[in-house]
Amino acid sequence: MRLFVSEGAPGNLPVLAAAGRVRGRAELLISTVGPEECMVPFLTRPKVPVLQLDSGNYLFSTSSICRYFFLLSGWEQDDLTNQWLEWEATELQPALSAALYCLVVQGKKGEDVLGPVRRALTHIDHSLSRQNCPFLAGETESLADIVLWGALYPLLQDPAYLPEELGALHSWFQTLSTQEPCQRAAETVLKQQGVLALRPYLQKQPQPSPPDESAVTNEPEEEELATLSEEEIAMAVTAWENGLESLPPLRPRQNPVLPVAGERNVLITSALPYVNNVPHLGNIIGCVLSADVFARYSRLRQWNTLYLCGTDEYGTATETKAMEEGLTPQEICDKYHVIHADIYRWFNISFDIFGRTTTPQQTKITQDIFQRLLTRGFVLRDTVEQLRCEHCARFLADRFVEGVCPFCGYEEARGDQCDKCGKLINAIELKKPQCKVCRSCPVVKSSQHLFLDLPKLEKRLEEWLGKTLPGSDWTPNARFIIRSWLRDGLKPRCITRDLKWGTPVPLEGFEDKVFYVWFDATIGYLSITANYTDQWERWWKNPEQVDLYQFMAKDNVPFHGLVFPCSALGTEDNYTLVSHLIATEYLNYEDGKFSKSRGVGVFGDMAQDTGIPADIWRFYLLYIRPEGQDSAFSWADMLLKNNSELLNNLGNFINRAGMFVSKFFGGYVPEMVLTPDDQRLLAHVTLELRHYHQLLEKVRIRDALRSILTISRHGNQYIQVNEPWKRIKGNEADRQRAGTVTGLAVNIAALLSVMLQPYMPTVSTTIQDQLQLPRPACSILLTNFLCTLPAGHQIGTVSPLFQKLENDQIESLKQRFGGGQAKVSPKPEVVETVTTAGPQQIQVLMDEVTKQGNTVRELKAQKADKNQIAAEVAKLLELKKQLALAEGKPLETSKGKKKK
Amino acid sequence: MAAAAELALLEKSLGLSKRNKYSARGDRQIPVLQTNNGPSLTGLTTIAAHLVKQANKEYLLGSTAEEKAIVQQWLEYRVTQVDKHSNKDDIRTLLKDLNAYLEDKVYLTGYNFTLADILLYYGLHRFISIFIGVKLTTELP
Repeated sequence: MRLFVSEGAPGNLPVLAAAGRVRGRAELLISTVGPEECMVPFLTRPKVPVLQLDSGNYLFSTSSICRYFFLLSGWEQDDLTNQWLEWEATELQPALSAALYCLVVQGKKGEDVLGPVRRALTHIDHSLSRQNCPFLAGETESLADIVLWGALYPLLQDPAYLPEELGALHSWFQTLSTQEPCQRAAETVLKQQGVLALRPYLQKQPQPSPPDESAVTNEPEEEELATLSEEEIAMAVTAWENGLESLPPLRPRQNPVLPVAGERNVLITSALPYVNNVPHLGNIIGCVLSADVFARYSRLRQWNTLYLCGTDEYGTATETKAMEEGLTPQEICDKYHVIHADIYRWFNISFDIFGRTTTPQQTKITQDIFQRLLTRGFVLRDTVEQLRCEHCARFLADRFVEGVCPFCGYEEARGDQCDKCGKLINAIELKKPQCKVCRSCPVVKSSQHLFLDLPKLEKRLEEWLGKTLPGSDWTPNARFIIRSWLRDGLKPRCITRDLKWGTPVPLEGFEDKVFYVWFDATIGYLSITANYTDQWERWWKNPEQVDLYQFMAKDNVPFHGLVFPCSALGTEDNYTLVSHLIATEYLNYEDGKFSKSRGVGVFGDMAQDTGIPADIWRFYLLYIRPEGQDSAFSWADMLLKNNSELLNNLGNFINRAGMFVSKFFGGYVPEMVLTPDDQRLLAHVTLELRHYHQLLEKVRIRDALRSILTISRHGNQYIQVNEPWKRIKGNEADRQRAGTVTGLAVNIAALLSVMLQPYMPTVSTTIQDQLQLPRPACSILLTNFLCTLPAGHQIGTVSPLFQKLENDQIESLKQRFGGGQAKVSPKPEVVETVTTAGPQQIQVLMDEVTKQGNTVRELKAQKADKNQIAAEVAKLLELKKQLALAEGKPLETSKGKKKK
Repeated sequence: MAAAAELALLEKSLGLSKRNKYSARGDRQIPVLQTNNGPSLTGLTTIAAHLVKQANKEYLLGSTAEEKAIVQQWLEYRVTQVDKHSNKDDIRTLLKDLNAYLEDKVYLTGYNFTLADILLYYGLHRFISIFIGVKLTTELP
């Protein structure tokens, strides 16, 4: 037989690694062919590696070639290997090709590369660690290992793309990479050039289409049903029988909450939302709601918990907003702070404090930190040249300037980047700059600024990270972001701005400057705590006793994981630093992004007008929490999850369990005589409960929610199989059986009500009221499943918990919140009547132009239908025309540009 | 055809009396089979091969090493190429390639009918109504 390979084809790796298997069994010739040669007569497109068999037939699938080599050596096929290979072909390969193309052909780095494959890597890691075997299909290395290793090797041989928290994957990969056949294949294929050896081949390949749904899938991984040992079952039964007695006394809630020596003290923050934006669902799930679930869970564990947040109020954007609305910045902040507070109250966010950053405490603490950094030599001065609009009497932030691109002459280049040639621009280099607010020409003025000397603090930061990261629950994306910042080297960061609305800089010559958000926004947590209690330092200068969890979306990671720790370390004042940095990915809306300006997406204040209860919103947002990867909000999916998971699964089970107690046993929990099957169920529920705890301790909120639904599914099955409604009409033994099943089921319902508390607090309380669950059992969750509703306990009135969402209801909401209308641009006549459009309208149009530009580029890249492209280009030109009109420019500008 | 329906059809043609229940995972609705003794199985071709073994019809997975590899290759082809959401040109190419391959063959492995023929047939079913003109019937028993 003859194997055809091509230089740099990724498929060579597994094939060559597996080829050793046939040595001495069959003759194998290897020939190298060009990447575009068609070796298989019946395939239109070129494909390598290819194995031509002695029969004349061809194997053109990499895995099948490997499989054939293994089969020749006497190996037998099995289900698990088939499953891995099918997964490799359908899930891993699409993601991997996208990642390799990004890395090798497009030269991208970091998250662009790792993003598409992270889910697949995590899947392998989980499988390895769950089955407790060193290899994918058992105790010895086999076909599945070789195929997956070969696929992953080009990417993972660079340690930057082998996330260190995936320990099981790490050791599996290292083990295989050091084995002789793999090592040799790697040397032959990559020739010590690393992944770039694949370039000549990959360049010739069409760009892989992005792995379609997998990137935004809302389905978490499936967990497998575990096998139980006798001991596990016996322990579960003992714990159950101990019942309410094993609950510790309830911890009284103090005011103010302060750390207590010898206890677990958990300090939780969620990123401070910027005051002048109404938060959308993505913002809500990204920080406050995620942090709320953890705070509630932490309280259920009886940990001493303080959860705080507040509005971030200083900065340019507030000043601009104030100008627009004709209010003072303070008035803007007062107005929007209330809006925020109302939204979070509606979502039932259990803040201990919801404060704000515009307070005297903020000034005091920020200035103190600054002074300490200054005296210790961590602050630099430098002169910065900036554009200043004399008419508006202020320095212009990059996004408030526009002019002619110094590189390509494009007339509408932005202050930081040219949309036409894509080059980065320093705002002062713009030709004919214009203030976007008043259209007058700004002048270059030099201005003194202060910089935080991050390079000087880098060593301390690394030391601290070295102590903090191992064994902590920092999310993978946060680790990755910090690691890549450190790899590129830290640079001094400007911490002052020429603004009025901010914390004043206490230094001579800086009287008309304020601190920049990079420096003082994260200090907000401290000042907010200081406004709550004068003993705030017991939380914030107490790293030995306090465990700090900070929740945010991933764009906020550098502030929290790097800049603030550097400032705090520089002060030498023993600040409490983040122990667990929990960053989410992004939530999209249907197929696009949330956009306030285009009216697309659901914003916090609108959720309450939908008639859908807050707990349903919480449930769905947590169910699709962008944990480990981006996810998407979809109305249709929300309807589906509400009707299937809440109504048919959870609600149905809890309601049935309660109804049986009322209907068949007069509202009193019946005697329970556990059979071995019941004991097995107890142990399964206990196991799932443990799993829930393990996940939430690691802040894997979305996955833990699944455990709740799994238990309820077990419960439904249990009722279905045992049919208490039939047995209750039978003989003595049957009636006793009906009693046991009902009693066990209603106790599972009670357990679920507590597990549900972090996710759906109102529903949780409703269930507990219906079941009359004893007080301590409502507020404490142990790791064992206890009988909290013993025989003879009287329950209350049971009623349904959830309502069905109807199709037309969801359709009309979908219409209302857009997505569909976004593409309809306003008619030009309308724009013409607006003589001077406000900066906001201009921004809207600019966004649309950018978006439409991207659409056109994408279509061209996909080589789409010409008419379709032409239609989209026409739309783009129309939008540009509107933009020119809105900005008060004569229409000729676009033509004049071409003449030059 | 949803994967679960396809697997049910396969069970029937394999003469399996005990019907399994399937759940579906993810947007692509990948079928999952919960087995009584052991972990669940995920994926259309994985489950299909499992069913064939359950029905004691291993010969449908191929008899020689070569046949076995070829069967698995076409099963992979089914889930990666045929099930891909392709445009018309891709489908045309796919049918053309298959036609060329089958020119001198009765079945995908040559002369023996296998699971690959069954699943490829199910997978292609939806195209055939669109592309009547392309010869595929050679594949059918």
